[in-house]
Amino acid sequence: MNRAVVACLWTLLALGALASELRFSVRSEPRTFDPLLVDDSSSETIRYLTGGPLIRLDRSTQKPVAALAASWRVTEAGRRIDFELRPGVVFSDGTAFTADDVIYTMKRLLNPTTHSPLADSFPTGGKPVEMRGVGPHGVMIRFPNPIADLASLFDQVAIQSRTKPDAVLGPFVLSEHKPGISILLVRNSHFWKKDPIGKQLPYLDSVRVSIQPNREAEALALERGEIDFIQNIDPEIYDRLSKNPDRLEVFNDAGASLDSEQLWFNQVPSAPLSSTKKAWYADSHFRRAVSYALRREDLCKLVYRGHAVPAYGPVSPSNRYWFSAAGPPPSLDDALKELKAGGFKRSGDTLMDGSGTRVEFSIISNAGSKIHERTLALIQQDLTRLGIKVNLVMLDFSSLIERITRTFDYDACLMSLTNVGLDPNEQMNVWVSAAENHQWNPSQKSPANPWEAEIDKLMLAQSASPEMKDRKAAFDRVQQIVREQQPFIYLVHPNALTAVSRRLRGAAPAMLRPQVYWNVELLSLSN
Amino acid sequence: MLAAMAKALLVLILFVGVCAPFVAPHGFAEMSRDEALSGPSRTHLLGTDEEGRDRFSRLIYGIRISLILAPLAAVLTTMIAVFFGALAARRGGLFERAFLIFSDALLCIPWMFLLISVRALLPLNADAGVSVSITFLLLASLGWAGSARVVRVRVRNLLVRDDQLWRMASGIGDARSLFLHVAPNLWPVIKTQFWLAVPAFILSESNLSMIGLGVAEPLPSLGNLIHELENIGAVRDAPWLLAPLLVLVLVLLLLSAATNQKRNETI
Repeated sequence: MNRAVVACLWTLLALGALASELRFSVRSEPRTFDPLLVDDSSSETIRYLTGGPLIRLDRSTQKPVAALAASWRVTEAGRRIDFELRPGVVFSDGTAFTADDVIYTMKRLLNPTTHSPLADSFPTGGKPVEMRGVGPHGVMIRFPNPIADLASLFDQVAIQSRTKPDAVLGPFVLSEHKPGISILLVRNSHFWKKDPIGKQLPYLDSVRVSIQPNREAEALALERGEIDFIQNIDPEIYDRLSKNPDRLEVFNDAGASLDSEQLWFNQVPSAPLSSTKKAWYADSHFRRAVSYALRREDLCKLVYRGHAVPAYGPVSPSNRYWFSAAGPPPSLDDALKELKAGGFKRSGDTLMDGSGTRVEFSIISNAGSKIHERTLALIQQDLTRLGIKVNLVMLDFSSLIERITRTFDYDACLMSLTNVGLDPNEQMNVWVSAAENHQWNPSQKSPANPWEAEIDKLMLAQSASPEMKDRKAAFDRVQQIVREQQPFIYLVHPNALTAVSRRLRGAAPAMLRPQVYWNVELLSLSN
Repeated sequence: MLAAMAKALLVLILFVGVCAPFVAPHGFAEMSRDEALSGPSRTHLLGTDEEGRDRFSRLIYGIRISLILAPLAAVLTTMIAVFFGALAARRGGLFERAFLIFSDALLCIPWMFLLISVRALLPLNADAGVSVSITFLLLASLGWAGSARVVRVRVRNLLVRDDQLWRMASGIGDARSLFLHVAPNLWPVIKTQFWLAVPAFILSESNLSMIGLGVAEPLPSLGNLIHELENIGAVRDAPWLLAPLLVLVLVLLLLSAATNQKRNETI
């Protein structure tokens, strides 16, 4: 009897060892499993692992590569794209993948009632988009306006089945969802891709994505071998783990990421703020003075322990093509000059505006982020050098979002901005004045300032131009305006830090998200 | 003897906290950015934190905030508890039933959720001092229900005692009876509830600070100083990070010793 039990246990253990399950964690519950409604990084993770796009952006080479489309051709100056679909591809439920599925997905994406965040990347100006199947495996999509870098935009469009909403074309299929705990994805046995020797991909049997908001707990799980990697690791944890010589992980600092930490003042005209404060925040001299007084080098050194670079604009220096270098970093004297030009004056240690009101404001940020708490402590001290009193308020995330998107009852906010792609088109939903993510004054009916009108014009021009040189010139001017007007006060670009277990084979961490599992179908686990 | 020693030590710790501006070698917000994360030295007895602030000075200021505001909040919550508990016991009937339902509801609501919600509604432009006072005020205004129920039971028992019935029969008025006869008998219960509330509030503030919603930067409190211990791995390299935790545990033990004595007095 005992022998039988032991034998069963050994069999179970052996089966467990053979099944290769990749494990990692995300920091929050995915808000949606609908690939067209993804607007948060956890949902993006699930979309990446389960969704099949026509074209995939290779995170290593940063070039688009064929996925469900065997080939594609962009013509009519970026207005039209023709796909030749891969033949014989089936969804995870075994039904055939056809041109109708592509058309269904694109129609749903572009339908305003879907409210897909991806729709901003395909500006149509309300005009109809022509779509039709061409031959047995062809699809033609013609947009009313030219769209720059059109092919790369399809990286985020996971094709959906027009008949079975749950069927997917990606390497994994959603198998189990325990809310607040984990999501289990199992191998899609119908996945279209094979390795060079003809073996069916993915190599992994399953992926378990656990939900772990606490970064320390995540680091401990990696140390205990409960998860296989961490990406976007905190600098403090990264330093601690990588200093230990007995570690079983490989650590990678890929340099400045595309992400940024930024501060902005509330410029919403209807915000429940005093007219005095509204006048400060609308004054570019004031915003520039605040920006110039911040010692970004100290933020990199003290908050990020050297794993970040100072940020003076929206584009990370890692994005070499689109990055437009600023001049020498401004000094405290420059900040004082700006205040003087704006009519502000010092009275002892206190800064007063033209009407004699003391300059004091609060900055809100999300509670629980040590990085933000430390950043704010340094900002607070830097601004005392100008005589500005800053109150720091940490709010739970939902209250924070409520204030910055609905009630607009705040002075200034510190938050992180995640950039997924290199192209400025990815930032359309931030820079265009009508966009919801135009945080300092979102969803404007018409641009509130001439400089915002110019940014709108430039962003639309670059998105419609087929010439890279013209696009670059337009976006350089956008960056210059942002440096002059400081609607966002950029602070740092954190480095892309990852820690990967040595048992994970095939991982090649990249600077672009998802840094570790971008080639998930080729990943495997050693015993 | 143990209680007396506990009280003496508490007074000493409180004294150090109150005299923080004179005792602490540095200001709590004073940054030496070039000396960030340095180890213990003569200049910085417990080293410096990530922003280059002296940990020892921040600990002393943290004691001041936690050990002054928690007792003040405990006084307030005990006063509210006595008011409503005694009133419910005296009035009885519908008022008492409403009080019981309300206090039950208050005890059932997850207090952390309630605190987070209420705190999110507060004005943002309060400086750190006002913000910390508001935090403790919230703790006081939400934490009285349990004590009020204890007070209610005690007052009820006192009101039906023979000597109280005799006083009523003798025509002694309600107010006079409450102040002259009930209140002195209630005093041990009030003291016990106060001593129980103090550590509860210190711990509540610590819990709020652990999720970043306690005392706002740059003010230190025992709670937000312990926040650093979230990075438990760092303690291996810098065991002096445990100092705020040790002080908190010591304070709670001392309060517990004092509370035990009060409990015995009540019994």
